Amino acid sequence: MRRLLLPSLLRRPLTEAAPAPDDAALREIAAAVDAAARRRLGRSLSIREVDAGSCNGCELEIHALNNPYYDVERFGIRFVASPRHADVLLVTGPVTKNMREALQRTYDATPGPKWVVALGDCARDGGCFAGSYAVAGGASEVVPVDLHIPGCPPPPLQILRGLLALLEQVDRGAKAG
Amino acid sequence: MPSLIDLALEGRQVAEQRPWPRTIVEFPVWNFAADQLAEGAWSLSGLWGEPSAVHMALVDEETAQAAVISLACPNRSFPSVGRRHPPALRLERTIRDLFGVEAMGPPDARPWLDHQRWGTRFPLGAPAVPGDPSPYPFLPVEGDSLHQIAVGPVHAGIIEPGHFRFTAGGETVVRLEQRLGYTHKGVEGLMAGADLTRAAQLAGRVSGDSTVAYALAFARAAEAALGIDAPARAIWLGALMAELERLANHLGDIGAICNDASFALMLAHCSVLREDVLRAADTAFGHRLMRDVIVPGGVARDLAADGAAAIRAVVATIRRRFPALVELYDNTASLQDRTVGTGVLTPALARHYAAGGYIGRASGRAFDARRSLAYAPYDDLQFDVPVLTEGDVNARVWVRIREVEQSLSLVEQILDRLPGGALLAPLEASANAGEGMAIVEGFRGDVLAWLRVAGGRIERCHLRDPSWFQWPLLEAAIEGNIVADFPLCNKSFNCSYSGHDL
Repeated sequence: MRRLLLPSLLRRPLTEAAPAPDDAALREIAAAVDAAARRRLGRSLSIREVDAGSCNGCELEIHALNNPYYDVERFGIRFVASPRHADVLLVTGPVTKNMREALQRTYDATPGPKWVVALGDCARDGGCFAGSYAVAGGASEVVPVDLHIPGCPPPPLQILRGLLALLEQVDRGAKAG
Repeated sequence: MPSLIDLALEGRQVAEQRPWPRTIVEFPVWNFAADQLAEGAWSLSGLWGEPSAVHMALVDEETAQAAVISLACPNRSFPSVGRRHPPALRLERTIRDLFGVEAMGPPDARPWLDHQRWGTRFPLGAPAVPGDPSPYPFLPVEGDSLHQIAVGPVHAGIIEPGHFRFTAGGETVVRLEQRLGYTHKGVEGLMAGADLTRAAQLAGRVSGDSTVAYALAFARAAEAALGIDAPARAIWLGALMAELERLANHLGDIGAICNDASFALMLAHCSVLREDVLRAADTAFGHRLMRDVIVPGGVARDLAADGAAAIRAVVATIRRRFPALVELYDNTASLQDRTVGTGVLTPALARHYAAGGYIGRASGRAFDARRSLAYAPYDDLQFDVPVLTEGDVNARVWVRIREVEQSLSLVEQILDRLPGGALLAPLEASANAGEGMAIVEGFRGDVLAWLRVAGGRIERCHLRDPSWFQWPLLEAAIEGNIVADFPLCNKSFNCSYSGHDL
């Protein structure tokens, strides 16, 4: 283990510079984060990820956010195990009819203030699965959505830009408030 | 022991299916096949329905033959295969849920994918109005001091949804019962009537981590149905992508399994290697997961100009860094303490269920579609199929470590010998109906694609994920282990929810 740990101490970190927040996401999210909410959140976001029927492609790229290249926790963004601990629900996939109630109950279990981010093309409107007997549609069919991050799946950098836009909005408000 | 060819002579052969025969049989031959499966003469590779027929795919591993037998079901019923051969049970429950075609006399008649939420019954057969919803009856459990733990469908991690019902006596799991179907998107319903472009897109979105394997299986089945051959360069590029997908998934999962034993250092290092592979794939093929690159007829885009160099660089990186990680895995007593002897799958069960991928190969089943049903270009490449017999978490990790090494070699061989030429064979929208089947080795195991196409459109397409024959084995492997070891066992299996639920 020493042979792995020692070079890690001497080497420059793999973590890359933060990307700029996504402009389109900034515009979309601005209305959803008010000053009161900003004060309460400070500079951190706890995210509960909910797969509402995705193909698992989006989950792979969300996982990548935690690898040393992106290291999402340096921004105060972390993924939590329970909706009770979450500020944000990150919803992927077309919402299948079999998952509809579970998504609704996860939303209800999340304390306010809370936001919903719909990740990937399927979560916007059902994507290529829209119209199936087994699919309810995009995430907004079931819960109110504050921000969309498009892509199939969106690469980690794009997810990060969307989440930073949300965080920046929160931070800007906190200072102003 | 009868051969599959003998079986094919017992019925009326369907001329259109390629490359393996499909035969329409009567009840006695159907039952005979079920008995042969139960005796272990053949492996069950698929069982799927149509509104008034059922089909069963069989593989004879000794002779490397595959065949499909079909049974007409004018009365919407067929003799249960699951009664004789339990691996067929969930498939039969699915056929009833989707088509309303009933297995006669199955030991388990509960619904499977149908959670009474669709607003209809039998959506792909003759749709019917659903009755009043009733609670799903889990299997009864009796005994002193037993308690139940219900988990899901929304799990604690960033993973797919499914429900696990544990019955535990103290810390020890007495029984695990799975309930799946939460991510059922109705892919086969969307496929019907779709043109090949859209159908290929859907196939590539059945299971995100196996998008290359599914695209390849679908494309090969479509090419077989249309009687066309993809150009040599496309076939080799397809294999290149398949090996990169295998590398990325194996590297990510080896780290994640260790992380489930609270050994985060392996996850950090392995996730860097996984990211390196995805970035090379992005450079080479324009998409990190290489989605929508393989299409019926060949590939939609060529290897980028700097693609080969990027892939060679990542191979060199893995060769340099991976051995130290393997040594760390092997020499960390606290990690070995968690993985050795945990979640044992016996070779007998793995063989009975024809478990594919590293799950089968860690329990002595030496099946790998790349070798056993050798398809191009693997028939022309050098590689080993690592097999172990212990069947525990540790053995599954080691099979994947060895497969990483094999894939690195395959990637280099492919790059060294990549032929030039065309990328895409023209698709002729033949008016004739054609049927095709393909079995392709994804990272998780063998993916089966079967389809019937007419006038350039899909009439019926069935995609069978390897997880169908792996999920039930997780229920067996966890028995007698402690609840806290379930994440470790589950990750070492890493079955697909979306691929299974379809």
